[in-house]
Amino acid sequence: MNIFVCVKQVPDTETKVQPNGDGTFIETSSIKWIMNPYDEFAVEQALLVKAANAGSTVTVVRVGSVKDTEALRTAMAMGADDAILVEADDNLDSYSIAKALKGAIDKSGKTPDIVLCGKQAIDDDCLQVPQVLATMMDLPSVAVIVGFEQDGEKVTVKREVEGGALEVYEVNTPCVLATNKGINTPRYASLPGIMKAKRKPMQQLSLADVGVSADDRRVVYSDFQLPPEKPPGKKFDAMDDAAAAGVVAEVVGLLRNEAKVI
Amino acid sequence: MDFSRSPEQQEMFDIARKFAINEMIPVAGKYDEESIFPEAIIKKAWELGFVNTSIPAEYGGNGFGLLDAVTIGEALAYGCMGMYTSIMCNDLALAPIVIGGSHEQKEKFLRPFTESPKLASFCLTEPGNGSDAAGIRTNIKEDGDHWILNGEKMWITNAGHADLFVVYCTMDSSLKHKGICALVVPGDLEGITVGKKEHKLGQNCSDTRAVTFENVKVPKENMLGKPGEGWMIAMKTLDHSRPLVSTIALGGAQRALDLSIDYSKERKQFGVPIAKHQAIQFMIADMTQKVEASRLLIQKAAWLSDNGQRNTVVASCAKAFAADSCMQITTDAVQIYGGYGYSKEYPVEKLMRDAKLIQIYEGTSQIQRMVIAREMLGK
Repeated sequence: MNIFVCVKQVPDTETKVQPNGDGTFIETSSIKWIMNPYDEFAVEQALLVKAANAGSTVTVVRVGSVKDTEALRTAMAMGADDAILVEADDNLDSYSIAKALKGAIDKSGKTPDIVLCGKQAIDDDCLQVPQVLATMMDLPSVAVIVGFEQDGEKVTVKREVEGGALEVYEVNTPCVLATNKGINTPRYASLPGIMKAKRKPMQQLSLADVGVSADDRRVVYSDFQLPPEKPPGKKFDAMDDAAAAGVVAEVVGLLRNEAKVI
Repeated sequence: MDFSRSPEQQEMFDIARKFAINEMIPVAGKYDEESIFPEAIIKKAWELGFVNTSIPAEYGGNGFGLLDAVTIGEALAYGCMGMYTSIMCNDLALAPIVIGGSHEQKEKFLRPFTESPKLASFCLTEPGNGSDAAGIRTNIKEDGDHWILNGEKMWITNAGHADLFVVYCTMDSSLKHKGICALVVPGDLEGITVGKKEHKLGQNCSDTRAVTFENVKVPKENMLGKPGEGWMIAMKTLDHSRPLVSTIALGGAQRALDLSIDYSKERKQFGVPIAKHQAIQFMIADMTQKVEASRLLIQKAAWLSDNGQRNTVVASCAKAFAADSCMQITTDAVQIYGGYGYSKEYPVEKLMRDAKLIQIYEGTSQIQRMVIAREMLGK
């Protein structure tokens, strides 16, 4: 099977982000990048599928800046066979990214059997790329999957919906699947894996190579700002029994009239 | 000059740090409290390639240099100094085989460690002599194809779980260090008795015991180098292992520093976070200096070794400085946490207890100074 995994590189969750000078994105110069955590589930699932289907290959694809290739190297250190990197700005919109991913998969020369993505990236939380990609590739797709079983060309997946209920889908390959936390436990890259990853092929393409131009941009970012600082909370002392009733009345009044939550 | 890690070293560090945070830190307190040997964690660490960093690639190892090994070591020690002592102990025990062993010995004794998770112990110290290591009493006598080994070793890390012991012994105690030999002793030979697990101040998950050898018949081909070369092998082993032992201190110190920074920003006194008080700021600044300087000394000692240069002075500087710094830093971390720091509910008192051992084992801080002074002043 030809398995593709689309990964995104996102700022480490401990990074303090700042808007960049012209407000079109965040300042990226001093950011430590990691693989988007939801994509780790996708990589792990791809490796599990590979292990269950002899002769399979796992190709990881990423669209983004070339300065740091952490996410692709991590995926190959975990066990992916090769990688394709499409050079682009890190603030591309979902449509352009999906189109670039499709272009890269087309260019690979391999017909995909399963395309796996994380359900969302933890930086912009758009939750769009897997679905847009599936539409562009004209493939069935299921997103937010927490269960995966394969029987030849038929895949049964479980999808988490509001309230914790599960929907079960049968999908024929080829298909696009977007993974959620809980589907598996991503393995650590091993140290020998890191050494081996150095020698694995990484193909580098430009946006033009994969048929994406500036006209494909559907969303233009501007005016990135930090959220306003939270005003300090109010404290009420109701330890004194005599004053308790008054405090309760005051809190209820504030919740009703100021916070407007009751 | 380049102070940056290679991309692969950075990845190794990140993976090891992730492992330390996800697998070690959550159980470190419990393992310490209940003196649980971290067998499962060592197995996982072995699977990921964190154990036996000294084994060369031609015998199945990963082919790491010492700079790679200290990079991994710092990240793992961040998770738990005691657990990393047990992990790193294999490097200490196997290094004499890497340094003094023949091709056949390396093939026979090192390769099994790359095929399944096994543990080895380094047996130098005895009940009667620690710092005066050349005064070894454990002895061997020739008996046909074998050496007959007798004696007692003390404070042996991983002894209760060891598949193999590297034992320093003397063929003639009147020869002092010229009579010392290094023997590879498989753990299943008859006559080996492992003592009870010692109760220690810290690093309680690590297994420390006495080991007694009573008329143990060790095949002659298990001697590393020639008879009398044991002392030279031991000294070269320590040049290799001291940067690694120093990383135990560095990892622990970095964790104490990180915890102190987080806590001092949260804890409020006099209406502001205590990090706003200069008394705390200066402690954080002093801790940072010591962590940075420890790391540089360790990296230089490892770099010298990787480049085939003698590193004895710098390795001892690294060991003494990193160990003493870790003791100071972890003590200050308890101070910054105040009453909470003294409580077992918080992680810093364990760091302080764990740190103390690093000033003692593998050459006390005083012995390191003796080594440095002897090298600098001449014998």
